[in-house]
Amino acid sequence: MAAPWAFLRLGIREWNGGTRSIHGMSESVAPGGNQKRRTLLQYLGDHFYDIQALREFLLLRQMLKLNRKNRSFIGINEKYGPYVTGALFILKLGGAVKFQDKEWIRPNERGRFSADFLAFREVPVEAVDASGCAINYLGLDNLSVALKELQSLSLQRCPNVDDWCLSRLYPLAGSLQELLLAGCPRVSERGLACLHHLQNLRRLDISDLPAVSHPGLTHILVEEMLPHCEVLGADWAQGLKLGPEQQPQDTSSPVSA
Amino acid sequence: MVAVSEASYSLEGVGSAGRSAHSGECPVARADDHAGAGRPLVLKGAGLRSTMFRRVLQLGLGPGLLTRGLSTRRGVSTLDWDAKVSEFKKKIECILPGKPWETQLYDTSHLPPEQSDVVIIGGGIFGLSVAFWLKKLEKKQDAIRVLVVDQDHTYSQASSAGLSVGGIWQQFSMPENVRLSLFSVEFLRNINEYLAVVDAPPVDLRFNPSGCLLLASEKDAAALENNVKIQRQEGAKVCLMSPEQLQNKFPWVNTEGVALASYGMENEGWFDAWSLLQGLRRKVRSMGVLFCQGEVTRFITSSSCVEGPNGEEMVLKRIHKLHVKMDKSLEYQPVECAIVINAAGAWSGHIAKLAGIGKGPPGTLQGTKLPVEPRKRYVYLWHCPQGPGLETPLVADTSGVYFRREGLGSNYLGGCSPTEEEEPDPANLEVDHDFFQNKVWPHLAQRVPAFQTLKVQSAWAGYYDYNTFDQNGVVGPHPLVVNMYFATGFSGHGLQHALGVGRAVAEVVLEGEFKTINMSPFLFTRFYLEDKLQEYNIL
Repeated sequence: MAAPWAFLRLGIREWNGGTRSIHGMSESVAPGGNQKRRTLLQYLGDHFYDIQALREFLLLRQMLKLNRKNRSFIGINEKYGPYVTGALFILKLGGAVKFQDKEWIRPNERGRFSADFLAFREVPVEAVDASGCAINYLGLDNLSVALKELQSLSLQRCPNVDDWCLSRLYPLAGSLQELLLAGCPRVSERGLACLHHLQNLRRLDISDLPAVSHPGLTHILVEEMLPHCEVLGADWAQGLKLGPEQQPQDTSSPVSA
Repeated sequence: MVAVSEASYSLEGVGSAGRSAHSGECPVARADDHAGAGRPLVLKGAGLRSTMFRRVLQLGLGPGLLTRGLSTRRGVSTLDWDAKVSEFKKKIECILPGKPWETQLYDTSHLPPEQSDVVIIGGGIFGLSVAFWLKKLEKKQDAIRVLVVDQDHTYSQASSAGLSVGGIWQQFSMPENVRLSLFSVEFLRNINEYLAVVDAPPVDLRFNPSGCLLLASEKDAAALENNVKIQRQEGAKVCLMSPEQLQNKFPWVNTEGVALASYGMENEGWFDAWSLLQGLRRKVRSMGVLFCQGEVTRFITSSSCVEGPNGEEMVLKRIHKLHVKMDKSLEYQPVECAIVINAAGAWSGHIAKLAGIGKGPPGTLQGTKLPVEPRKRYVYLWHCPQGPGLETPLVADTSGVYFRREGLGSNYLGGCSPTEEEEPDPANLEVDHDFFQNKVWPHLAQRVPAFQTLKVQSAWAGYYDYNTFDQNGVVGPHPLVVNMYFATGFSGHGLQHALGVGRAVAEVVLEGEFKTINMSPFLFTRFYLEDKLQEYNIL
């Protein structure tokens, strides 16, 4: 081998970075960009069965890691009760929790949080802020079944929240008043259709959902579905074609007298 | 001319030596030939001393050789050197490893392999599901060779592909059906873990988790309540609603005639069956399953007589080969197989007949046919601007009419199962629009008053692999044809059970018994024992 160290360094980089690109490739459809930026593992995987099996293993490992993060804490549930379990779960994922009549508990930059809330066995959780957390369907089980008096739930920019997760929110119908879903890449209008169970909802944020095909129309339909709820989201005029008199004027050209 | 002949002699040294040897062997023939040709050999010149030598030369240099010599002398070349070199290069390339050298002789890429451990007849959802689970549950990688044979790669008539309404629900009366549905939902939810292929985009199922609403009149209310109890025991999230609750929840429903309603809160809805099929196909191909487009026309079997438990003679058959005929041609390929899986959907009855199932006196096990036949069902798509809103579930009315929402634009899909007397002719897939006018629309308009004004946009027809005995599926081996397994006959809810059934068949093939869900009530023997497995909630 001509340059063994360089080769090994490349290999190590692909080991760590390659997993991201494998998952990235299988996550998003980017047909044009893939052709040029092929990683070393990809190239080798085309020619050797062993490397192909290795890539499949790395992909599976990534999914298993996500599921491990979202597992349910049965032991903690038996010892401390459902509210503390739910709070612990959210704090471990990097979100914030607010118990009733208490302050927000957030993990600091290093992911550490104080363990004071373990004493709050009987205090219900009022609000959960899980923005940007890697919560998925399994994890939402921990929330929706355990936290019965949840009033506000924020799932903004969560990459793994999809339509299945929204269908799991119906146990919170009695108490949930605020739901924020802005920026979730996998939520589509089909998931929004099953929010009709949440009759107590007063505030719903569905702005910036890239998977929704017609944001304006969806906004109207969701408003019809939840008459008592204030729906923030796409402007209903978005997506409408402008009429000929309302075409935007070209400001650079001189205004005709 | 001697100089000429001598020169030509040396040019065609090899050829003439060969020819002279040849002529040495049969000089008589050549002399006769020469005499018969009648052409005088002109040998001008005095170079030839002996007549013997001359005669030998006459014999040796036949007319062809001389003319050949003459023609090369003239410069007209019959050798196309460049073409010969490129042809030679192509032949060498084909012999090198890694290149298909058979294509030089005869292209066989469209034919199936000559041997395969398991042959799955039918490439729809059942066939692909069995192939997937066989490959997933095999003990060593690439231990079994699996071949999937389908007669139409475009799936234009497949019941489970583009023609399907795509609904999935857990509201059945048999606990096994509920368990199968729950497993399918769990599979669909984690579909990107099961069907992950490296470098391919994730499967987008377009699942609508809107639930399923079953309405029951007075006489069916007790059965519905019983069913819901069974479903809840298995873990399905179904709730019962009275007519008042129903009216509160869905104000667009006319609750006249409804005594009880069951509504699935979670894990029910509808999805895009085509993307599931394509995702399965892609994954199964990456696992090493072979595909072939063709029609199975013949089974080569062998029989052996065995004494049964009651002392009577039983004839056990084993399939050794099957013939796969190519489309639009008489070409066929015999495939040696160890196990055959009949997942041919609406055509399973035909395949079973080919294997000799049902050939015998009626009333015996040998004479019991596979009672699966194709039945035509219509699906209509209509537009109704004032119709039910975004929260509409898949509604199944007391009269058997069902509908669901399609997309955001106030379009609805629905249909109805006709009664036995009105069964349409399954010979073609033509749509009968009068059926909608007379049988479907009145019930729709009665149940949802907004549907009194609607406009039908389009309609299509598809086949149900209808089990005429009890409308429930057939799973597992045949008692007499020992290596044929069934995975068919689910009469309209095959799509939601296929994933669980595929796993069950793979378990039977690989381990000999059902391991996860016990599907023994669905075996073939119930047709002989007249044991009906009635499923009441059929759409």
